[in-house]
Amino acid sequence: MNEIMLERRQFLTASGALVVGFALAPVAPALAQQAARGAFPLRGVDEDSIDSFLAIARDGQVTLYSGRVDLGTGLRASYRQIVAEELDVPYERIVMIDGDTALTPDQGGTGGSTAIVGAGVQVRQAAATARQALLKLASERLSVPVEQLSVADGVVRASNGRSVPYGELVGGSRLDIKADTKAPLKNAAQYKYVGKSLQRPDLPAKMTGRHTYVHDFKLPNMLHARIIRPTSIGATLAEVDEASIANIPGARVVRIQNFLAVVAENEWNAVRAARQLRVRWTGGGNLPGSDGVYATMRASTAERNEDLIKKGDSATALQGSGVRRLNATYEWPAQSHASMGPSCGVADAKDGQLTVWSASQGTHGSRRVIARALNLPENQVRVVYLDGAGCYGMNGHDDAAAEAALLSHTLKRPVRVQWSREEETGWDPKGPPQLLDLRAALDGNGNIAAWETEAWLPMNTPNLPSRPLLSLVAAGIPQPEGQAVAQVQGNAYPPYDLANMTATVHWLKTTPLRPSNLRAPGKLGNCYAVECFMDELAAAAGRDPLEYRLHHMKDERGAAILKRAAEMMNWRSRPSPQRASAGDRIASGRSIVYVHYKHVDNRMGLGVELIVDRDSGRVRVDRVVCAYEAGLMINPDIVRSQVEGNILQAVSRTLYEETTFDQNRVTSIDWRSYPILTFPDAPAIEIDLMGSPFDKPMGAGEAASAPVPAAIGNAVFDAIGVRMRRVPLTPERVRAALAASGQASL
Amino acid sequence: MASVTLRVNGRARTLEVDDPAMPLLYALRDQFDLHGPKFGCGLGQCGACTVIIDGEAVRSCQLPVSSVQNREISTLEGLGTPERLSAVQAAFVAEQAAQCGYCTNGMIMTATALLAKNPRPTEAEAREALAGNLCRCGTHVRVLAAVMRVAANGTGGR
Repeated sequence: MNEIMLERRQFLTASGALVVGFALAPVAPALAQQAARGAFPLRGVDEDSIDSFLAIARDGQVTLYSGRVDLGTGLRASYRQIVAEELDVPYERIVMIDGDTALTPDQGGTGGSTAIVGAGVQVRQAAATARQALLKLASERLSVPVEQLSVADGVVRASNGRSVPYGELVGGSRLDIKADTKAPLKNAAQYKYVGKSLQRPDLPAKMTGRHTYVHDFKLPNMLHARIIRPTSIGATLAEVDEASIANIPGARVVRIQNFLAVVAENEWNAVRAARQLRVRWTGGGNLPGSDGVYATMRASTAERNEDLIKKGDSATALQGSGVRRLNATYEWPAQSHASMGPSCGVADAKDGQLTVWSASQGTHGSRRVIARALNLPENQVRVVYLDGAGCYGMNGHDDAAAEAALLSHTLKRPVRVQWSREEETGWDPKGPPQLLDLRAALDGNGNIAAWETEAWLPMNTPNLPSRPLLSLVAAGIPQPEGQAVAQVQGNAYPPYDLANMTATVHWLKTTPLRPSNLRAPGKLGNCYAVECFMDELAAAAGRDPLEYRLHHMKDERGAAILKRAAEMMNWRSRPSPQRASAGDRIASGRSIVYVHYKHVDNRMGLGVELIVDRDSGRVRVDRVVCAYEAGLMINPDIVRSQVEGNILQAVSRTLYEETTFDQNRVTSIDWRSYPILTFPDAPAIEIDLMGSPFDKPMGAGEAASAPVPAAIGNAVFDAIGVRMRRVPLTPERVRAALAASGQASL
Repeated sequence: MASVTLRVNGRARTLEVDDPAMPLLYALRDQFDLHGPKFGCGLGQCGACTVIIDGEAVRSCQLPVSSVQNREISTLEGLGTPERLSAVQAAFVAEQAAQCGYCTNGMIMTATALLAKNPRPTEAEAREALAGNLCRCGTHVRVLAAVMRVAANGTGGR
């Protein structure tokens, strides 16, 4: 059964109950049809109200309305488990509707492994509050004090043997209460659903082609559109030869200033028209090119400088007598979200209302942007979430949604916009490049006397509804200028207890390509620099990398987690680099690193075993071991899958991925020019999820990306004694570094 | 307009196309509402659009629809349903071997074709067979576990 279909059918049931039970406006008979077609059901989505989150039908079925969306991360299981637990209803009786602005409360965008820690708490509190309200109703109905009632599987039972199901209790009134932060929560010792590795409800449909992704969504009379991008970023549209597509049935051009699209009645004709249309662009061509990006960043005037930490006096300690000074520069490239499915959006403008179907991480935010851009009242715009390909941050989905909206608004017909591979890899907003200078002083014992980080990063402009969208810029539609890359400065200094430590960020206005969040924003690059440099210091001191880290740590929890990773690695103490295969073509290396995510979230010890082929320069990661501080896990198998996925994606980002660009545009535009990890090169992964039901919840997955690049860089050093300070670690760069170090390729 | 007849999931279906060079993927997705095969690149690089034709896993995004008439075409929908999963689909569910699931079609179709020919592949053979199927979420380890789960039965995925 199709998950979406299932939800719609059951939604109809739930809606019927809403009308009867919750006395909403009588729009329900057409509700299911409207959900598909896009008119606007009336539903309260006030964040304070329990009814915004939960509806209990007469037959006992519970509908959870979630503003956060399942990005392929298992939220549809986790959130159901939370509700099942706190409301005492069977997991199977819960359906979830996510990210429909007309039906769900605005819980902010989904991302950053915050769905459980932040919004999940809201859901939990709503369910716990509802349970108390239902107990009160049952108490009145059964004339039994609340203390003598118990609940199991959605049925309230009294000590005298009488019982009443939830469905009957709410069969006449809305709950009409606000979330109570003091509503009692289940004791972890009694958990029945939380902590269980239940299977994800959406996978059988996804495994059989029955799940409806945004790419699969169709409307009657729908036009297919393709956007024509300029040959140069910032170029002006000079001329369009509409006659050049005259031979393609139904194909035509839509132009709004520099925004250019072709539309056709069927998809292939739109593809053909986009390929065939003759267009002339002028201007643009002002990019520094990816090879010049770090020099450009270093030469840029900072908008402002910020000290992330200033402890002791690192400047004086660096100049101290008898210290050994080291410094290094680390460079992290711009990277693409590189989603498997190019972005897609469908929009239907009709009678002054606009409905958009989108895989946006934040449909409520997307609604604000689209309403403002098209000058529509916000309550006349509805954005409905449908699954997309995994995005890991803002990829092209929000752009595609706005493009579909703009076209449908213009043409007054339903429009589907489908990006090409070239658009998705070339035009998605990018994880920005990062530049870090590191300096340290070692005392006579080789211990760290001073540490300084100096970073160049693109500035975050907070409180904006969105990053600039391509179509709005091109169409000359004003939008607030700026960008938002969350916490890109995170982990720019070490998690160790150092007496003299300074970390400064030079905030740059922007970087050459439009930046956005890309999974664990900034933390991969920062941890790469910090934990590789830590390894450089250990090597300079002739010390074992594990011992050196533990020596500088006071955090006992962190030390325990790092030691656990070492135990899984079967760690043998010795300094890097290794000597055993020093003369061999295939050199083996190992490493261990420690990251405390954002200095407040998950602690992780992570180790890597890999081989380097000195001849080809190829690096192959054989094994990744991770001790992951997980806290309370709603669904341990989903946490594990997220940690696995983050590790594998980070291996890919470290070894292969760099968005390249010339003076005009991005040149890494497909899977050959922007390669990612493939099956033959996927390492074995061992994970210890360290947590218990009595802990507080923590980020579930994203953090595990952060330690991987440094672990790979350090293991490469361990293998061949060469320090790689620029990502990705491509065969060409490894060969060049070997040659520069005097180790000729064999 | 040209008329094209395709045999998809055991059924003959005819459609009219403006362009006989239109790739099979568009016929499957847009004309037949078969959404198992996905558009990933249109370049034959990622495997999301994989279908099985006469026993071979092939990319449907570059295959002219006119070139596959009267061939036996299977899509993900043809393998099984949520209620009656194929052995490979069931193994993918058992291993929870997907995150976003966008690439899953290619994984399952490629694995199905592999196992039909080689019911007990080694893990190295499975990795090699899947070398042209890309996954961005990082489900590689689970996908391999799912394939090896079927391989252990030696039933060829049936």
